[in-house]
Amino acid sequence: MRASESGPAIETENLTKEYPYGFLHLKKKTSLEGLTLRVETGEVFGFLGPNGAGKSTTIKLLMGLIFPTSGRARLLGKPTTDVAMHRHIGYLPEQPYFYDYLTAAEVLDYFAKFFDFTAQDRRERVQRMLKKVGLETAGKIQLRKYSKGMLQRVGLAQAILHDPPLVILDEPMSGLDPVGRREVRDIILELKRAGKTILFSTHILPDAEMLCDRVGVLVGGKLQGVGAPGDIVGIQAQGMEILFALTASQSGGAPLLAAATRIGDRYRLQVPDGEMYAALEQLREAGAKILSVSQIKPSLEEYFMHLVAADRAQATAIEVSGK
Amino acid sequence: MTHIGAVALNTFREAVRDRVLYNLVFFALLMIGAAILVGQISIGIEQIVIVSLGLSAISFIGLLMAVFIGVGLVSKEMDKRTIYALLAKPVRRWEFLVGKFAGLIFTLVVNTAAMSAGLFLALAYVKHGLQSADAGVLVAVYFILLKLSIVVALALLFSCSTTSLLSILYCAGLYLAGSFVQQMRTLRTDLMGNATATFMRWLSYLLPNFENFSVTGPVAHGVAIPGSLILQNTLYAAVYCTVILAVAAAVFSRRNLK
Repeated sequence: MRASESGPAIETENLTKEYPYGFLHLKKKTSLEGLTLRVETGEVFGFLGPNGAGKSTTIKLLMGLIFPTSGRARLLGKPTTDVAMHRHIGYLPEQPYFYDYLTAAEVLDYFAKFFDFTAQDRRERVQRMLKKVGLETAGKIQLRKYSKGMLQRVGLAQAILHDPPLVILDEPMSGLDPVGRREVRDIILELKRAGKTILFSTHILPDAEMLCDRVGVLVGGKLQGVGAPGDIVGIQAQGMEILFALTASQSGGAPLLAAATRIGDRYRLQVPDGEMYAALEQLREAGAKILSVSQIKPSLEEYFMHLVAADRAQATAIEVSGK
Repeated sequence: MTHIGAVALNTFREAVRDRVLYNLVFFALLMIGAAILVGQISIGIEQIVIVSLGLSAISFIGLLMAVFIGVGLVSKEMDKRTIYALLAKPVRRWEFLVGKFAGLIFTLVVNTAAMSAGLFLALAYVKHGLQSADAGVLVAVYFILLKLSIVVALALLFSCSTTSLLSILYCAGLYLAGSFVQQMRTLRTDLMGNATATFMRWLSYLLPNFENFSVTGPVAHGVAIPGSLILQNTLYAAVYCTVILAVAAAVFSRRNLK
């Protein structure tokens, strides 16, 4: 099934996309700048970034829907201009929209015709996919009557209809309620268990933390960091967190208690790494019962917000110096 | 071919489900009304009136469909973003274009065939039967389809590169210009200068020559259409459509689908 059995599933090298604008198209806006990335076979890779970061641009470049200004990209060892390679790739566009005069079953059957399946095979696959995405009973309703979430499910079904080894999903959780998000997460995990390579873009960070082997954070068209969700935020570990309990008679004893945050009958105290032992000693002397001590790792969200803030500060600085 | 066929079938299905073929009801009413009216007021010119009216209506309705559906063949898919999922399948962009072209041509063939059947019924009603000479009407209908195929190819080309409104304007302009190519070739140099006349003559060979396909007058009068003209028009339309589609494919193959 693989187009190329060796090497990464996705590989980009200095991939850049600029869009001309202005009356004579003399000005250029850079949507993606020098993206160099490797997604290994069998991994779930999350592409994170705020709106306008270049996530969809990257995915469209990979799918050959737009063409790079410079750089190159390869999927399953083949250049993105190789349309035959699409036989091995599933793609869910952002906010998918399909022919609203067709039913979900007809749309899936239409797309299945591009994969040389027999009519019988097509029918079976379509029914299987409708069941998988929870549209079994709505399969014969025209798409013009579908909600956004239902269209998203149709989009997911058409992406995995042909059982591709590489699945690229652009904002797969967009427009879904919590139940729908959970179902999509389950499908992604099922695909992962089946050994598929999955690249998906999202700005729902808990989903990325939960699903991804690795994430790449794209801000302002530039890749700001790549790594496992735990590692990538661990780079900026920020001290220790001590969780403790006090009886009513003990409270107010130690000076550190003023800095602690009360949560129900417990207290949470954050201290720098070097002050941890001193803090523990003080708390013990105050009669506190230490419940846990853990390293403070910023969440993926905090890391993400830190990068976005840095990018905005840089953009403002450039704007000011430009004046 | 499977890919082209799948796109073509879907294009036809879209036209049917969007109730495009409802125009046939209008045509049927026109033909019934004309047949009854002609039966009452005309003596000996029933064929001329019915054939002229019928062929003009087939041509006009076909033209409206070719232009208005044709200009949206690609741009509508891009505006609605339905094209993203499709081109992510192993389908080449030129296959998509040819499939779209074939789908609209098939829609026009079905539409024109139904209207032609209506025309023959009206003709049979006013003449109390059909004659072998009436087969000439079929040739005229075939020429209308050839003409429409060129219009669809042009609409598709514009649909790949500009907005629907501009595409309609370009198609209308080219259709009008293409209906006067003989006049462009015989312009008098004393009226507009030698250089301009030469330019207009060259331009007339680039423009689609729609005058070649207009045989309504002779057919209405029962004049047989020579086989050489049928062959010439068939080849002309085939070559013209192929060239336009090749240009459209070249334009579309490098288009960024933002």
